[in-house]
Amino acid sequence: MFIAATLAILATMVLALVRAFVGPSVYDRILAVNAFGTKTVLLIAVLGYVTERPDFIDVALVYALINFVGTIAVMKFHKYSSLAGPPADRDDFADL
Amino acid sequence: MIHAVALGGMLYVLWLLLSGYWTDGLLLSLGAVSTVLCVLTARRMGIVDREGVPIRQAIRAVTYWPWLAWQVILSNITVAKIILNPKLPISPTLAIVPYTQKTDLGQVIFANSITLTPGTISVDMALDGILVHALEGSGIDDLMEGEMDRRVTAFEGER
Amino acid sequence: MELIVDLISWACILTGGTFLLTGGIGILRMPDFYTRIHAASLMDTMGAGMILVGLIFQTGFTLGSVKLLLVLLFLILTGPVSTHALAGAALTAGLRPKNTDDRTGGTFMGPMTHVAENDPPHPDLIGEDHR
Repeated sequence: MFIAATLAILATMVLALVRAFVGPSVYDRILAVNAFGTKTVLLIAVLGYVTERPDFIDVALVYALINFVGTIAVMKFHKYSSLAGPPADRDDFADL
Repeated sequence: MIHAVALGGMLYVLWLLLSGYWTDGLLLSLGAVSTVLCVLTARRMGIVDREGVPIRQAIRAVTYWPWLAWQVILSNITVAKIILNPKLPISPTLAIVPYTQKTDLGQVIFANSITLTPGTISVDMALDGILVHALEGSGIDDLMEGEMDRRVTAFEGER
Repeated sequence: MELIVDLISWACILTGGTFLLTGGIGILRMPDFYTRIHAASLMDTMGAGMILVGLIFQTGFTLGSVKLLLVLLFLILTGPVSTHALAGAALTAGLRPKNTDDRTGGTFMGPMTHVAENDPPHPDLIGEDHR
């Protein structure tokens, strides 16, 4: 049963990767990578049961948080070209 | 002050659950130290207030979350049917859904509930409502009826 | 009794896997970015939720199931935030939903105010290779 769940998750990851490669816009790619990260959390959790190593859940817990921060960081970097926020001397970001 | 105490208690329970050490006195006190450090840092950041640590809403969530979960399951089935339908019968709709929540926290809860329900996502906050993109027009119609809005306002509680 | 719990958890995991695959297919089939988000949220809520609930049933009342519950809670709390941020960023950058019944009176569907009419769209939005 866990093997079946693993296979379903892996197939979904492949589908998300295809969308990340095809695009077309950069937001499609970010969406696909975000979905891929969520599937990774599930995959780690299920793999912990397949290999009977329950410690994997802790890794899944941390990955769930990192995935969110990562998505937000990529979007912020894409928008401002820096992680520090909008540059002070550019007012074309004022309405964002 | 009560928010800081509540945040500290919540963090310590989280520490206990994640670590699983119940007996070793040294480790328990080290956990308490890290909890206090976290609360102090949060106080310095100025996020320990009614909005950052919503105590009342946490209690009232017992009645709101089951209803939300049921709505999520229902709309999941609807969207899954649309995706698996060979004709892909979508009619994307963009509309402004008005809200009646007074606080920022209530509006965030409403917008997040809309996004969590498949078939509708909140795209932006407009002046008079939330800009919602829906997979089909009926999703907007359901939101316009305002049941979710009423429930979120009740969940938000008085000021 | 154990058999019943096993059956429930297997049913949950199977449902979750089915919804995951459906969402994956939806991400590929949907015509534009804004409709793809709906398919992705299908995977985030029902797919992840059902699989994690099934795993919780397998684990029983232990610290492991508490951790699984926390994973589910974090996914549910952070999912809508990143989805909303993504959709908002796309709309602000000028990506417009296709074939959409606009009930806002055209406020959000027109060209961006600070972009000149004849400017070509930003390469991010049409997916050009910008090497």
